[in-house]
Amino acid sequence: MTTATERRPVPSHRGARGVTQARVILSEWTKIRSLRSTVFSLLAALVFIIGLAVLVPTVTVSHWPPRDPGELASFDPTSRTLAGAFLAQLAIGVLGVLLITGEYATGMIRATFAAVPARQPALWAKTIVFGLVTLATTLPTVFAAWFIGQGILSGKDIQAHLSDPGVLRAVIGTSLYLTVVGLLGLGLGAVLRNTAAGISTLFGVLFVLPIIVHFLPSSWGTSIDKYLPSTVGQAITEVHAQPGALGPWPAFALFCGYAALVIALAAVLLRRRDA
Amino acid sequence: MIEATALTKRYGDKVAVDDLSFVVRPGVVTGFLGPNGAGKSTTMRMIMGLDAPTSGSVTVNGTAYRNLRDPLREVGALLEAKSIHSGRTAANHLLALAQTAGIGRARVNEVIDLVGIGEVARRRAGGFSLGMGQRLGLASALLGDPQTLVLDEPVNGLDPDGIRWIRNLLKQLAAEGRTVFVSSHLMSEMAQTAEHIIVIGRGRLIADTTVGDIIARASGQAVRVRTTDVPRLVSVVDGPNVTSAVDDSGVVTVHGLTTDEIGIRAAQHGLTLLELTAQSVTLEDAFMDLTKDSVEYHGHTTADESEHPALATSGATP
Repeated sequence: MTTATERRPVPSHRGARGVTQARVILSEWTKIRSLRSTVFSLLAALVFIIGLAVLVPTVTVSHWPPRDPGELASFDPTSRTLAGAFLAQLAIGVLGVLLITGEYATGMIRATFAAVPARQPALWAKTIVFGLVTLATTLPTVFAAWFIGQGILSGKDIQAHLSDPGVLRAVIGTSLYLTVVGLLGLGLGAVLRNTAAGISTLFGVLFVLPIIVHFLPSSWGTSIDKYLPSTVGQAITEVHAQPGALGPWPAFALFCGYAALVIALAAVLLRRRDA
Repeated sequence: MIEATALTKRYGDKVAVDDLSFVVRPGVVTGFLGPNGAGKSTTMRMIMGLDAPTSGSVTVNGTAYRNLRDPLREVGALLEAKSIHSGRTAANHLLALAQTAGIGRARVNEVIDLVGIGEVARRRAGGFSLGMGQRLGLASALLGDPQTLVLDEPVNGLDPDGIRWIRNLLKQLAAEGRTVFVSSHLMSEMAQTAEHIIVIGRGRLIADTTVGDIIARASGQAVRVRTTDVPRLVSVVDGPNVTSAVDDSGVVTVHGLTTDEIGIRAAQHGLTLLELTAQSVTLEDAFMDLTKDSVEYHGHTTADESEHPALATSGATP
């Protein structure tokens, strides 16, 4: 015990010692960028968005004008250039789930919680870091995709303009939608703590739930469908609102509310459950 | 200082840790022993705030782990299995942990050198051997240069060199005045590292004492004797508090007399002795003896020695 006093404490970087939210955010940033799977998943999402922004408008132009008058009437140049977002949401949703279930599967969660005993700061940090990373990567990508796609469509002079009503909102909204899908995945992963369960629940809610609701009596179906996560989430990505649907921003607020609810549930469970 | 008070953990109707109270003091290595399934890992997870006790409490330096404001500088832990994401490099893993406490890269590199994983620090941890994983776990435990260390089976998977290294490291850390709490299911390993031992079985406290005391308690010394006339020897040594047993090959094992006393009596009766050996009970035997009623999973071996652990013939610890 005699030499105990000779120990020098490990110096702190800046400011006070101990765990702070800012430090946990920095730690989660290190975690997210130091996994190959994260980088590849995001890269895949970006390739999907750009790739379909080339493919779909090219096919459209080569078959223009469509023989079906209905197709001609409902033609929307913006949605034709952002089709890749449907594919990208798979990569981003899976990534959101994996961000937390990967820690449970490998045992990393014990190290995380030992370093951040309050636990919730780690969940907030993951939410903030993943949200910002997804937004920062998808926003420039959807804009690039839109411009590339409109460039191709301009060959038949059927392109949209950013100043057209709803177009700028739909382009930005596509990035926002992808971000919240990722956060919904993160929340579900934190609640379920299992990769397979998290992924199947996320895509069950987004893709299967609307199909089931479709089979309900139409009076129920339409009123329920209006509030489904998939419906309110995609509303902001569409230039022209569906008849009877919520407005794009109220719908998006509800979509964020669903994600926030799941993350809040995860935060409560996080403190109660054993790691 | 780690203090457990009436610590209890139930999973459904199975009791993993049962009313466990103990104190781990600074300055010595304290071994935490018990057969597999005794509740060692559960206890350590409760110390680290990972599992919540069903009842009772455990504190580190007077504070429950979950309330520590600077946990990495207070307590370092090596928990069971690898508590690390297999896709991340050792260096990035340590950096991410260090950043939660504002510990810089310089200290990360320091602990990497300290545990000797410099060559593999830039490789993904999924490909690490068990030994390398243990060293990495130890590096993360030492990141904050903590006053208290909680290590679950740290020698698992280490080669003899690594075992010696960790043994010396633990002793050195304790000598610096730290609290060092190390679990193991191997008594012989603990005997060479720990001064104080806490033994549990089926979640209950069995012993909380020094290494020497455990051996003394397990049983008295036995003496192995070979002679040309077994029946006469048995009658010559017979007396109150003396027991002797003869095995198939004619070896007599005597309890209750010293080698001197047996030798003198044999000479007085003109007996020829072929062998007269004092047998110390091994720590492993002492441990088996202590925990034999609380072993969770008995192997069904046919070996005789398992039935008389205190009489096993092997010498002192290897």
